[in-house]
Amino acid sequence: MKLLYFAWVRSRIGMAAEDIAPPDGVNNVTALVEWLRTRGPGYMLAFADLEVVRVAVNQEHADFDAAIKPGDEIAFFPPVTGG
Amino acid sequence: MIKVQEQDFDLQAEVAALIKGKTDIGGVVSFTGLVRDVSEGAKVAAMTLEHYPGMTQKQLAAIEAEACARWPLSASLIIHRYGRLLPGEQIMAVVTASAHRQAAFEAAEFLVDWLKTKAPFWKLESDGAQETWVEARDSDDAAAERWEK
Repeated sequence: MKLLYFAWVRSRIGMAAEDIAPPDGVNNVTALVEWLRTRGPGYMLAFADLEVVRVAVNQEHADFDAAIKPGDEIAFFPPVTGG
Repeated sequence: MIKVQEQDFDLQAEVAALIKGKTDIGGVVSFTGLVRDVSEGAKVAAMTLEHYPGMTQKQLAAIEAEACARWPLSASLIIHRYGRLLPGEQIMAVVTASAHRQAAFEAAEFLVDWLKTKAPFWKLESDGAQETWVEARDSDDAAAERWEK
């Protein structure tokens, strides 16, 4: 599973991308975030307030209850500010 | 047409290329977004636009397709830059061309409103000393929501 981080989510976690293999049972975005939070203070900080974190699964905007599976590309980022 | 690029663009040349050879167009509307030197009362010395390559192209194409489904457009263009920009520089532009002005005006507004809340770009502003990520505005969400069906 490939994870991508953008904007302040990237700077808080301290990297732009990583390949991970979460434990069995991590089959939706919320479960993935819960697991990521256990991996260190940067993750804790990035995912402290999920109201201001958005997620995309395979380059499409998704909800936190979206299903995920091995091979997916999952991106976390703040609300977008282009235009 | 979607263009995601680091370099600046010449809007007049882009419009000319977009409508070249098409004679069914009665009006062309364009909107250009620029970097302001003040944001929320704070000085802006430079802005860096980050984006999600891959998803950006996909999302902009989907937004453009939605506009084409809603209005009878003869041609359309979304250009969005990324990288480091200075005050006064062009950030993005949308162009819509249609037989009649109303469709072109409405579609242009729709494109800007939707891309502001859906296209994966993030602005990092610098006042010369400190860098701050721009926060999404509720007013942008409200502007996008009025187009929800």
